Amino acid sequence: MSATMTAAGTLLPMAGEESHFPPTPADFWQPLFPMFSLGETTYYFTRPMALILISFIVLTVWLLVSTRRASVVPSKGQWFTERVYDFVRNDIARDMIGSRDFLRFTPLLFALFTFILLNNWFGIIPPFQNPTMARVAFPIALTLIVYVVYHWIGVQKHGLGGYFRFMIPPGLPSWLVPFIFLLELMTFFITRPLTLALRLFGNMFAGHMLLVVFIIGGWELLVHGGALSLVALPAWIMGAGLTVFEALIQFLQAYVFVLLAASYFGGALADEH
Amino acid sequence: MDNTAIAGLVASGAMGEGESPPILPYMPELVFGTVIFLAFLWIIAKKVVPNLEKAYEERASAIEGGIAKAEKAQEEAEAALREYRAQLAEARDEAARIREEAKEQGAAIVADMRRQAQAESARITETAHRQIEAERHQAMVALRSEVGRLSTELASRIVGESLEDEARQRGIVDRFLADLEAGERQPTTVAGGPEGAERTDS
Repeated sequence: MSATMTAAGTLLPMAGEESHFPPTPADFWQPLFPMFSLGETTYYFTRPMALILISFIVLTVWLLVSTRRASVVPSKGQWFTERVYDFVRNDIARDMIGSRDFLRFTPLLFALFTFILLNNWFGIIPPFQNPTMARVAFPIALTLIVYVVYHWIGVQKHGLGGYFRFMIPPGLPSWLVPFIFLLELMTFFITRPLTLALRLFGNMFAGHMLLVVFIIGGWELLVHGGALSLVALPAWIMGAGLTVFEALIQFLQAYVFVLLAASYFGGALADEH
Repeated sequence: MDNTAIAGLVASGAMGEGESPPILPYMPELVFGTVIFLAFLWIIAKKVVPNLEKAYEERASAIEGGIAKAEKAQEEAEAALREYRAQLAEARDEAARIREEAKEQGAAIVADMRRQAQAESARITETAHRQIEAERHQAMVALRSEVGRLSTELASRIVGESLEDEARQRGIVDRFLADLEAGERQPTTVAGGPEGAERTDS
């Protein structure tokens, strides 16, 4: 609890005397150092970028070391990696895409899952304690890749014209076709990527805000609350509970993201609508 | 915060990023995130997943190989069992055959022995017969001379005439006996018994 507290305290840029309660979206803006300037704009290397880099290194080292000598009889490390991999491979990819094509997408889905999961869990792991995906740029980056892939494989399978025809479910009354086509077009090109990115972003963003409210709020109450400083303890208990809850949500969001991506791939490859 | 001010600042791109709404992506983060993720994806696709899939395939083939090996072992065991059973049956047949043969041989031996014994007994009987015959013959010869001598002695006593002369004596006796054998002369009461017995024998 106290570790969480102090770590959370160091995480948020405590700029001078300025109070960080209540937390604002601006708290997620954490530049570390300027990289370069274009015209009047200076581009910063931000803390979430550093976290992404750390997650990349951690995941790469873990996966390469545990599978470098992948053998028939797995070591403990390989066994654990296989459990994670099997979860994505069998429970997500194969179930959503079907056993004919799923192996082609397993690397992407596995990469997405581990990448999102670790970055989400950074939200509660000291000393990071900031879910990378709470910066909307990262969910958008991942969604872009999913978006490109599922359109690409759809066009590849059905042809460009066939892909659009494929969006219309068969057996519709002809007067309905234009409306449905418009709806499907919106689903395929706007709704899906938007919801995919924003669901992940929103959950991480709001979850982090919630944790900050309870943990930093408890601190503020303790220091400045006077009589209300007694409420700090329930606030922290709440914060601890919510941290556990967040861990679950962070896992769930990684799972949902990958599950939906797999369902889009599977849908694009389906023979019929 | 003033919304119009935010909109204006975002449009100009000159404001501090901290003031922009969190829903707008920060370009360096977008680019950096994409690049990092693609690098990660590349490693996963080139190294991690092939390694794992290879291990899975090896595992599957090892299991299949194990099953095949077990099946082979079972087949071999069954073949050995069949062979043993065949050998056992063969041995039983052999034993029965040997027993049968022994029985036959025993019977043959017994028969052979019996035949030999019979032959031996026949031979002994024959020898005995021959001996008896020879003895009888001898006895007859002895008797003949004795009877002759006694007869002549008796006759000489009766007749009173000495018939001691050897040649004459023999000639008379022999002539008498020859006549007797030729049946020209009916046996007298004196010579009748032994003569009749000899006739039936010869």
